[in-house]
Amino acid sequence: MDRTLPLSALQHYLYCPRQCALIHVEKVWAENRFTAEGRLLHLRADSGSAGRRGGVAEDRAVPIRSDRLGLYGVADVVEMRPGPDGREIPYPVEYKRGSPKVEDWDRAQLCAQAMCLEEMLGAVIRDGAIFYGKPRRRERVVFDTPLRSLVEQSCRDMHTMVETAQTPPATHGKRCRGCSLKGACMPKTGQDVERYLLKGLEP
Amino acid sequence: MKKLLNTLYVTSQGTYLSKDGECVVIRAENGQKKRFPVHVLDGIVCFGNVLCSPFLLGHCGEKGLALSFMTERGRYLAGVRGPQSGNVLLRREQYRQADDPVASADIARSVIAGKVVNSRAVLRRCLRDHGDRVDAGMLERAVCTLDECARRLQTPVSLDEARGMEGQAAGAYFAVFGQMVLQDEEAFSFDGRNRRPPLDAVNCLLSFVYTLLAHDVRSALEAVGLDPQVGFLHRDRPGRPGLALDVMEEFRSFMADRLVLSLINRGEVRARGFVTKESGAVFMDDDTRKTVLTAWQKRKQDEAMHPFLRERIPLGLAFHVQAQLIARSIRGDLDGYPPYYWK
Repeated sequence: MDRTLPLSALQHYLYCPRQCALIHVEKVWAENRFTAEGRLLHLRADSGSAGRRGGVAEDRAVPIRSDRLGLYGVADVVEMRPGPDGREIPYPVEYKRGSPKVEDWDRAQLCAQAMCLEEMLGAVIRDGAIFYGKPRRRERVVFDTPLRSLVEQSCRDMHTMVETAQTPPATHGKRCRGCSLKGACMPKTGQDVERYLLKGLEP
Repeated sequence: MKKLLNTLYVTSQGTYLSKDGECVVIRAENGQKKRFPVHVLDGIVCFGNVLCSPFLLGHCGEKGLALSFMTERGRYLAGVRGPQSGNVLLRREQYRQADDPVASADIARSVIAGKVVNSRAVLRRCLRDHGDRVDAGMLERAVCTLDECARRLQTPVSLDEARGMEGQAAGAYFAVFGQMVLQDEEAFSFDGRNRRPPLDAVNCLLSFVYTLLAHDVRSALEAVGLDPQVGFLHRDRPGRPGLALDVMEEFRSFMADRLVLSLINRGEVRARGFVTKESGAVFMDDDTRKTVLTAWQKRKQDEAMHPFLRERIPLGLAFHVQAQLIARSIRGDLDGYPPYYWK
């Protein structure tokens, strides 16, 4: 892929393709409470340096990329866990301020990180974890075939969308409530401008 | 929906603005300091000799805060933009449509519709509230002219027709504008628009409030990634913010003109607040300027139902919404540009 997109774009794409297009095609960005909290949380997580935690070597704020997926970004934490053959296997851990979600948005983002690490290190990574700020607990994520396919397919679709600069039309839904781009997206505006125009022009 | 944030107007000469973390620090010449968090602001307007540190300028650019420099009397000098401003694809589409007479005429028609309908509503409101104190016949004749414009706008018009109608609507409206001054009519007499320099107090007030409106509309357009210089109704002229002038048309009467009228009619600005120069040019003094700035800021906080979105929003946000709507119509997300109709 000739263009790489940030890892966060994939998560935006899975949440709402239009949101992803508004950010990466239209270059609209608006911060709300949720994004600001997330940014500050990452600021703290990213400030840490490499070290050991419970006998496991870990590195923080690890730059990663994949040419195959066309993604680049930073993994919050990568633990190096000893594998069965004695070689260390990377174990990505992502920090999220909220709570675990039913949908695969967060798991796919973590899986994409693992796939980046695999490409960079020639390793096979079977699982990782997401630390959620709300329950303050880690959730283990297994990178199985369906999750990997989801990542690959979404990356392809997302790149096509950004490459052709096509912003999908707005669809209004429950997701819109927490979206910081609601103001720019205007998911509820109707189409019939001519009727509106004429109504105003009445005597 | 985006929140309406404050605009910081700095009028004290010799003030120095700098950045400290996420705050703007304002140091007056006498050493007094004030600070404001950047996230509560969406614009800074500096009048006259106000200094800003480069890091504050950069921070404003990055956070999308509109920072403008004006002369002491409110003429726009320069604005600051960050390293990446807006969306080049949207701007290219804007240029393509500005070059296309049919697409331009569509947007021009909406813009003029907004101007005509809102000017008419201001005259009607005056007839309703003060019918006994004004020359009602004159006002009604102006309303008729605007009705006629509105009728012609019910079908598509050419760009030239739209421009002609703009002149006709403004002519009819300003011919009776002086009628709406009900207080100290001698000092605030008005016979038509004049500017550069304004030759009477009313024109002086109008010009100043239009500058404030232009600043806000321009920054709203820039915030959504449009080029404020390339208009549809207003032809390109170097240095002229054509698109900002287009979008201003719908706001002039009810946002700017009515503010000027109520400042005069409520006696909040008085004849002695103006200085006449040898040449006949009229300027306002510092206190009057402050009164106008405060009133403008307050007016922007008044809430009204947005007629197209059907959502209650502060009037100051309406600039952003209209900028958003024009961007969406340029991108083809909407089948036209819906102007803000004031009721």
